Amino acid sequence: MAQIFHRSANTIARLSIIGVVIVVSLLLAAALEIQRSPYATYQDVAQAQPVPFSHQHHNAGDGIDCRYCHTSVENSSFAGIPPTKTCMNCHSQIWTNAPMLEPVRESFRTGNSLMWTRVDYLPDFVYFNHSIHINKGVGCVSCHGQVDKMPLTFAANSLQMEWCLNCHRAPERFLRPRDQVFNMQYVQPSSDNKIAFEGVEYTDQIALGNALKRSYKVRTVEDITSCSTCHR
Amino acid sequence: MRAVAGQDKSFGPDEKMGKDSLVKIEAVCPSKMELAEAREKLSQAKNGPQYWRCLEELAQTDGFFEMLHREFPRQASIWPADGSRRNFLKLMSASMALAGLSACVKIPEQPIVPYVRQPNEVVLGNPLFFASAMPFGAYASPVLVESHEGRPTKIEGNPEHPAGLGGSDVFMQASILDMYDPDRSQNINYLGALRTWSDYVVALKSALNVQNAVQGAGLRILSGPTSSPTLATLMDQVQTTFPQSKWIQWEPVNRDNVRAGSIMAFGEYVEARYNLEKAEIILSLDGDFLSSGFPGFLYYARQFAARRNPELKEKMARFYSVQGTPTNTSGKADHHLPVRACEVEQVARAIAAGLGAGGGSGANLKPEYQKFVSAVVKDLQAHKGAAVVIPGDNQPPAVHALAHAMNSALGAHGNTVFFTETVQVKPQDQTAELKQLVSDMNAGKVDLLIVMGANPVYDAPADFGFADAMDKVPLRIQHGLYQDETYDHVHWHINGTHYLEQWGDVRAIDGTASIIQPLIAPLYDGKSEYEFIFALVGSPQTSGYEILRNYWQGQMKGGDFETAWRKALNDGFIANTASPAKTVSAKGGNIAPTNTISPEVMEVIFRRDPLIYDGSRANNAWLQETPKPIMNLCWDNAVLMSPNQAKHSGLVTGDIVEIDVNGRKVSGPIWPQPGHPDNSITVFLGYGRTKAGRVGTDIGFSAYKLRSSDAPWYAETKITKTGSGFGFAHPQGFQYIDFSDLPPGKSDDLYGRNVIRKATLEDFMKNPDFAHEGVEAPSPEMTLYYNYQYTELKWGMTIDLNSCVGCKTCIVACQAENNIPVVGKEQTMRGRQMQWLRVDVYYEGGTENPAMYYQPVPCMQCENAPCEVVCPVGATVHSTEGLNDMVYNRCVGTRYCSNNCPYKVRRFNFLLWNDWSTPQYKMMRNPEVSVRSRGVMEKCTYCIQRIAEGRITAEREGNRKLRDGEVITACQQACPAGAIVFGDLNDPNSRVSKIKAQQRNYNLLDDLNTRPRTSYLAAVQNPNPELSESS
Repeated sequence: MAQIFHRSANTIARLSIIGVVIVVSLLLAAALEIQRSPYATYQDVAQAQPVPFSHQHHNAGDGIDCRYCHTSVENSSFAGIPPTKTCMNCHSQIWTNAPMLEPVRESFRTGNSLMWTRVDYLPDFVYFNHSIHINKGVGCVSCHGQVDKMPLTFAANSLQMEWCLNCHRAPERFLRPRDQVFNMQYVQPSSDNKIAFEGVEYTDQIALGNALKRSYKVRTVEDITSCSTCHR
Repeated sequence: MRAVAGQDKSFGPDEKMGKDSLVKIEAVCPSKMELAEAREKLSQAKNGPQYWRCLEELAQTDGFFEMLHREFPRQASIWPADGSRRNFLKLMSASMALAGLSACVKIPEQPIVPYVRQPNEVVLGNPLFFASAMPFGAYASPVLVESHEGRPTKIEGNPEHPAGLGGSDVFMQASILDMYDPDRSQNINYLGALRTWSDYVVALKSALNVQNAVQGAGLRILSGPTSSPTLATLMDQVQTTFPQSKWIQWEPVNRDNVRAGSIMAFGEYVEARYNLEKAEIILSLDGDFLSSGFPGFLYYARQFAARRNPELKEKMARFYSVQGTPTNTSGKADHHLPVRACEVEQVARAIAAGLGAGGGSGANLKPEYQKFVSAVVKDLQAHKGAAVVIPGDNQPPAVHALAHAMNSALGAHGNTVFFTETVQVKPQDQTAELKQLVSDMNAGKVDLLIVMGANPVYDAPADFGFADAMDKVPLRIQHGLYQDETYDHVHWHINGTHYLEQWGDVRAIDGTASIIQPLIAPLYDGKSEYEFIFALVGSPQTSGYEILRNYWQGQMKGGDFETAWRKALNDGFIANTASPAKTVSAKGGNIAPTNTISPEVMEVIFRRDPLIYDGSRANNAWLQETPKPIMNLCWDNAVLMSPNQAKHSGLVTGDIVEIDVNGRKVSGPIWPQPGHPDNSITVFLGYGRTKAGRVGTDIGFSAYKLRSSDAPWYAETKITKTGSGFGFAHPQGFQYIDFSDLPPGKSDDLYGRNVIRKATLEDFMKNPDFAHEGVEAPSPEMTLYYNYQYTELKWGMTIDLNSCVGCKTCIVACQAENNIPVVGKEQTMRGRQMQWLRVDVYYEGGTENPAMYYQPVPCMQCENAPCEVVCPVGATVHSTEGLNDMVYNRCVGTRYCSNNCPYKVRRFNFLLWNDWSTPQYKMMRNPEVSVRSRGVMEKCTYCIQRIAEGRITAEREGNRKLRDGEVITACQQACPAGAIVFGDLNDPNSRVSKIKAQQRNYNLLDDLNTRPRTSYLAAVQNPNPELSESS
């Protein structure tokens, strides 16, 4: 019986084995990349909203504190999304006829809620609590980015577990004094930018962070990386 | 209907399985029980087993041993398709690919919907708690309802309510599922065609105009009994407007006997209530006072548990029980006398005669009861003023009258027994009134029948022919939560509201007026009973709130009404409305004997189901799947009989018998129940519903078809075998961790592990350390496991076997708190039940009258956890507080952890059991707990969500330490007896630390050195030395 395959088929066979390995690895790498990309995480994606609300304008421009709208951030797992009433506190006085604000007025008139689109996503099996982070000195900016520079709001970070663990494994790198939590302009200490805390001036974030950890009784890294801290 | 005799329909195990059923499910232990052998073993007291859990264990069948060593019974891990190699590879590659892909799913875009005007008290993300009350029969169960942004999610007992003490029962816990039941009636209709409330009002007014002319002579209102003060005045208004009309109250599990007995003894209906805290001797005459649903259960369970604490200074109470069907109450007795239900009266008479409390001679007493009776009489007499006799609702009026006479002779009045006015509005002889209604309907005297919150077509006595009589009424209106059996016989149907959706009021057993407040707007636009009745006499648009508020505005005079009203709403009850104690005077005279059943004739006992109650809870899947107290059956009722009886009649478990009561026939499968009296069978009411909903329809058989008005609780019967092979769902047969008998020549790791430890009070006094004797516990250092240090918190739990009354409330509470799915009968038969907590029942002694021990088993949270080391993906890991964390999103479903768990407390989602699509269930779930999907292992977490909440709150409030009792688990909170205590073991002053320091404290399987955090307090019994040799 004649040979079905020519000798050169051996080379092709070898090459295709290598090829398969390469292709599969590339596919896996691509899957991992896609999984971390803004496509999946919504990081840096500004969502279309019923009203193009600008945090930049309201916070940086008008100087409204975060907690004016996100009222429950210090007391609850959920930071709170303002009811239409909160918008109307001002907008029944100013910009009363702006066409852009018609959905807000309509909501207030009819009693139907505004339907915003979420920008920060966490999976359902993650139980994040805003209040404890605020109380331990994690600034809004640390997770949400410089919201005061966002004309349209987007997620500044991926909020994936590896990103969370950056801080949970070394909280001293990010903590700030509690009175600076809502400060969008806060800059970590350096030799030019001394930060005073409990009577001591710090020029180094790690030193400050460790002092804060002690003072705020941040639980140990083992504690806050226990699975049940976030998953239940 | 399928259980009705004469219908030629198979009644095999396959029938109950779905069409996609894969393999035939065999019984846990497939071989036939050799009961003769089992009995022989037991008679050789020395070699026989000490504790046992099911009859198969006694019989030592091969199937039993096979089951012992399987983590799941053999059907649990059956392949879904044919198991060829080709299919296996296909499935494997597909699942590999899909497993990879499923991790890459993009989170869909989600809307955020804020309030338009946010209520002041709402802090988004934090639950609110509202006090309310659940009407149960005529009585209130005080509740505290957790609400997440307007959705009620969990029911607790109201700790501030004088009649609740913070405990709860299974019905309270499960009522949240009733509210979200998608099968509830969702519309108003006329003969099935949709109508509006105003259409109904027009029809009603024209009918009422006719009635006005005849003073309402043709108007009948049939409802359940109530204690609502507001509803009472509304009913009075109806009576004033239509003087000739009649209000009939009917519930199938009624208290007619209690009422008649009270009238027999005192000439009036008074509520006898017990103060068990003062009782040293308790005698129950079929008084099932430790069973959910018994009026006053929450009190009695707590008081009983308190009096049964052997560490107390006062002597531990002794409990005697005389009862037909064994229940979790009789299982707690130090001495239980199983007698046929019809014989309770003769025992009562004999005891009464001995106490000089009348009751005749007691001459008819069976000689074998004599010893028990004389010992009880002696003991009661020795404790005058500190003894109490509790009769059961199922016993005839004479037993109640005898109990009153005995309590009086024992000086119990004012000490352990006191009397109050009954809270029920216009109590009546319900059976007689219903009979009158039927004859009126048959005679054409009724023109307009209104049925409200009752289901007489299903549950009226069989001899009344209620449905036929009802069909003769020209206009029939039904108001209710369900389109049930009665719905098929009415013209108008008005959908009602659940108690969580309405305003109302109801009195607790102590008389305290409790306010029902809505937690959510009616899901289906229903009308409350108040609004429905008010439409008869007032403006049909009046809201329930106005009706209620107007009533109380009239009542709460003097002072600022608004403040008082707000306080009542906040507290859930109106302070100082409890009924004052009442003095009664005995009428004297002879207590006429009730007709009894000849000893040769078999009796059938009718009992309310411990969980389904009278059938009204049949569509509640949590209650259906919770194993019934003691027998641990679920999803079915059965013909209970003693194992002896079964043997004599040549019957084995699952045989179908036809029960014949006076020519009325029903068939059902038999279940030999240890402790059941001979020549007697028990059937539970509440099954065999034909229109209950997707859960409750067509399961079990309806015992109401046998029950007649002259013999509502027991009757003469005969049984004939008609078939065999019915398969029961019996979770007690799985998850064995111990057995105490071994055939010669066999060895087994699970043999004799001392999971139940107990002593008599006398032995306990002599040797308080009995729980640790003869038990080898290795030193904690002898381990290869990593030695964790717990610096901050160290959670632990104790469960007191002496306090636990076996009511199963903890199981339902856990299910509600932790979003645990229901799996159905077929899956339960495969051993795939999901409840995280199980309550094992251990019998001790022979099958005739075994002692019983209830052992709730949640996850032990071992310090040396065998589950953790075998997980290949790190899905179950040790937390710094010593919990065995379960990480659902890591779990790939190898089930190694479950295989390695010596306590068998892990549960695996073999299929997708959580309903992810029905909108009502989405609203019901606890948002603080993940809803698990298929292929994931789960188990008790010590309510990690509550721990996290408590910890965060404490840290937020200035990093203070957690207070003892600040974090409590759902089972602990629910337990009416206070048997479960949870807390921080690093705090030497916490309650749990102190309890663990007691000598009664022991660990389960401590020879394994798993160092479990959950431990048990050994049981202590207080038997009467005169009787102790015999039982």
